[in-house]
Amino acid sequence: MSTGTTKLDVVVSDVVPVNDLVTRFHFRRRDGELLPTFSGGAHVVVEMRDGDRTRLNPYSLMGSPLDTREYTISIRRDDVGRGGSLFMHRQVKPGLEMVISYPVNLFSLDLRARKHLMLAGGIGITPFMAQTAQLAGAGGNFELHYTCRTASLGTYADVLRERHGNRVRLYHDDREERIDLERLLSSQPLGTHLYVCGPAGMINWVRARAASLGWPPETVHFEHFAAPQPGAPFDVELAVSGKTIRVGEQQSLLEAIEAAGVDPPYLCRGGVCGQCETNVISSDGKFIHNDHWLSEEDHRSGCKIMPCVSRFEGKSLVLER
Amino acid sequence: MTAKTIISRPIYGTLSPQPGKHHLFIADAEGALAITDMAGKAPPGFFDGAEIVFIPDPEGKHISALEALEPAQLHLPPSFASLLPRLRQTLTNAHMGLRLYLAGTEGLIGQAMQAALEAGVDHTSIETEHRGSLARRMQCVHCKGITENVTTQPAACSHCGLLLLVRDHYSRRLAAFQGVCINAEDRSEIPPMEEAFP
Amino acid sequence: MGITFRKETFRDDFTFKNSPEHIRRFPFPFNEDAYMYAVNIEPHVVGPKGSVLENLIDVDEHYVAEMQDRALVLAEDPLRCQSLPHMTLAGWDLLELLMEQQALGYPEHFTLERNGDRWRWINRPLGIDDTFTFGDVSTLPYGPMEYITRQSQGDFCILDQRDGNLWMDAGMVTTQADWSLDFDIGMNFFEWHAPVPLAHEKGIFTRALKFLTNIQQGKPARRLNWTMTVNPRLDTSPENYHKWGPDRATVTPENVGDKVHLRVELQSFWRLPRSNGIVFPIRCYLIKMDELVTQPKWARRLHRVIRDLPEELATYKGLTRYRPTLVEWLSKLDDDGPTSPGFGPD
Ligand code: HEM
Ligand code: FES
Repeated sequence: MSTGTTKLDVVVSDVVPVNDLVTRFHFRRRDGELLPTFSGGAHVVVEMRDGDRTRLNPYSLMGSPLDTREYTISIRRDDVGRGGSLFMHRQVKPGLEMVISYPVNLFSLDLRARKHLMLAGGIGITPFMAQTAQLAGAGGNFELHYTCRTASLGTYADVLRERHGNRVRLYHDDREERIDLERLLSSQPLGTHLYVCGPAGMINWVRARAASLGWPPETVHFEHFAAPQPGAPFDVELAVSGKTIRVGEQQSLLEAIEAAGVDPPYLCRGGVCGQCETNVISSDGKFIHNDHWLSEEDHRSGCKIMPCVSRFEGKSLVLER
Repeated sequence: MTAKTIISRPIYGTLSPQPGKHHLFIADAEGALAITDMAGKAPPGFFDGAEIVFIPDPEGKHISALEALEPAQLHLPPSFASLLPRLRQTLTNAHMGLRLYLAGTEGLIGQAMQAALEAGVDHTSIETEHRGSLARRMQCVHCKGITENVTTQPAACSHCGLLLLVRDHYSRRLAAFQGVCINAEDRSEIPPMEEAFP
Repeated sequence: MGITFRKETFRDDFTFKNSPEHIRRFPFPFNEDAYMYAVNIEPHVVGPKGSVLENLIDVDEHYVAEMQDRALVLAEDPLRCQSLPHMTLAGWDLLELLMEQQALGYPEHFTLERNGDRWRWINRPLGIDDTFTFGDVSTLPYGPMEYITRQSQGDFCILDQRDGNLWMDAGMVTTQADWSLDFDIGMNFFEWHAPVPLAHEKGIFTRALKFLTNIQQGKPARRLNWTMTVNPRLDTSPENYHKWGPDRATVTPENVGDKVHLRVELQSFWRLPRSNGIVFPIRCYLIKMDELVTQPKWARRLHRVIRDLPEELATYKGLTRYRPTLVEWLSKLDDDGPTSPGFGPD
């Protein structure tokens, strides 16, 4: 029924380099009104018009949900990705008019929790910036453990320490500081919820340890947008609309479908929300599934694909679109 | 009763050992056998971190079978009501990694789960196994009173006296099935009372 | 000019009535001559002027009387309004939504002045003028959900979204079609729908849930549901079933037109911004048969729908006892002529 989310016309109000890798972008509404209120953990999808191609990437909102005069996101430069972060770092300057989506939250706090235990790795800190601000404002009980490579790459570590004092613990890779995960997870009061955001390896490690220490899955929340991966170009037939399209190296399948004038639904563009799920009518080749939505069984069956993050290699692919 | 049931009616499983450091078992009646059956599947040393709470019948049936499992603790309260303050305290002081196993009558499972929910435990993480009587705890939707050990259909509310249809609709929060006046539209209709939940 | 609020009752002497304009704007729920459950969800966008969709939160001539009836129900049974401890934030979300929508749609009756978190709310029909601090419970006479839903027509359920499901963790429910908030609070989407016949088997709830958990902020959706009630009684709760149940046995061929009411619920779904919950307003509209059949198309169609309604649905909706009398009465108004597609009168 709905394609994507409602859009917001914004202007870039500030661009602030945070450290060697990370830059922060501020957006305000072009009409000067307040932006919609959001909840900690929400993201927006940013439309990047780069010549004749458009990329849409999701980024967590990191400002306080209590302040809706502007939205802020932080983007880590990725030199080998599909170019979205490079575009933001190189081309986006204050004053540029852009379009972003309404906020969507796929990583929300479980407000029943007796305590919120948060584990961040690297740029995975951004959703926790908003969540800690929200919880601190409401007198919530939380603790944040933040791992970064070096102190100078510890994006916002200083801000967080200043805001929340001892509730924030830092771990620096270059100083061989490691979270004692076993101890941490064994000493939390009953009713604690665990949140993890960071590189896939960290998320998997934490989830596995938590499971083996008896944390029920409902108490473990993780956010990992699978960024769409570049890959070899491939051709796809869209059976419903009767079109044949080519998916470029740096393009996602979803972007290629959209470029052909077909608008499948989407929300996260990161393989987690399930909205873009598409039936495969026939295929001859190999699927490269990158989503966190479909079951393993679905992946094996080859009957479904999430075009926002997944790709295909082989002779032919026909989709029900 | 009818074979057809509804989605809110709880479904009980078979106890199975969960990962975790501490295990709390609460059982009554034949529920003890659910624990001893499960013990066969448990990894070695499992009961070293386990506390078993068992509400025995007057003859003390099954106590020795539970003792034989050599749990870290075995507690034998005379009733659920007498257990409740201690259970609340245990849950308040517990840490993540504690797993709950409830076995026995539906009333016991429901009430122990209710205490766990209040302590912030998600119901889906609790292992349950039903053994023994099918007698129901019933909330009268009209006066809100709870009638214990309901075995008939319909059943009289022990508080307000209305004749109630005992529905399959179940509330975990109340640990009770719903009772609704069966002859509200015409009080002169009095359906026969049958033994339905032995 | 504004709305002229009727002085009327939904109990005892039952003086509730619709004005001729309100009969015409009644949200008749059947767009064809038969009815079956379906995933009938559509975007909740503003509709034609003079319809119940003119504003997304509708206020009508029954507003004041409904709020008085709600106060009576709550005085008798405070359990009709409950909020689990983690739902206070969602209550503030709802307060903001309802104040904004009512002030937007009916500026002559409601005014909201926001100055940072200092808010002033003026509700002229109920004679309320309160200044409070948004987010500070101690500055309101009730919790935020109770405060605003004592001033808003319809029932409200607030759902918490977790683990891909919706959990009914708060609500104000005094005008319900025979279900109990006190019993259902804390249940998930499938559990509270458990008593509904046929719809589970048809996969309606699985599909509806998938849609609802993806509802976006700023993009509300809606659906219509219906049942029938004898006498214009808002509080048809299971709690009081032993008091209103006997009404069902009072329907006779002589009094059908006056006693039997079609009860339509305009249900909408809204994502709440701070809590990421969903609010589900259930706005109830009543119309007696005598009023409804002033529109010949509605009379014909209702006859066919009620006559052919599957037995399971008729039982679930509690029509069994008086369905034959009602069908017989309606049949006299059905000339077997065609009915045009769509909901509206001809
Ligand atoms: C999240 C919002 C919703 C809430 C809070 C809600 C709540 C309820 C409740 C409390 C009942 C009464 C159940 C009983 O008999 O005890 C009910 C009935 C029902 N609901 Fe929902 N519901 C919601 C959304 C939906 C949706 C999206 C659909 C379908 C597309 C749906 C379809 C139905 C149907 C068919 C019935 C039976 C109504 C009748 O025949 O009178 N509901 N709902
Ligand atoms: S858009 Fe969310 S999974 Fe593809």
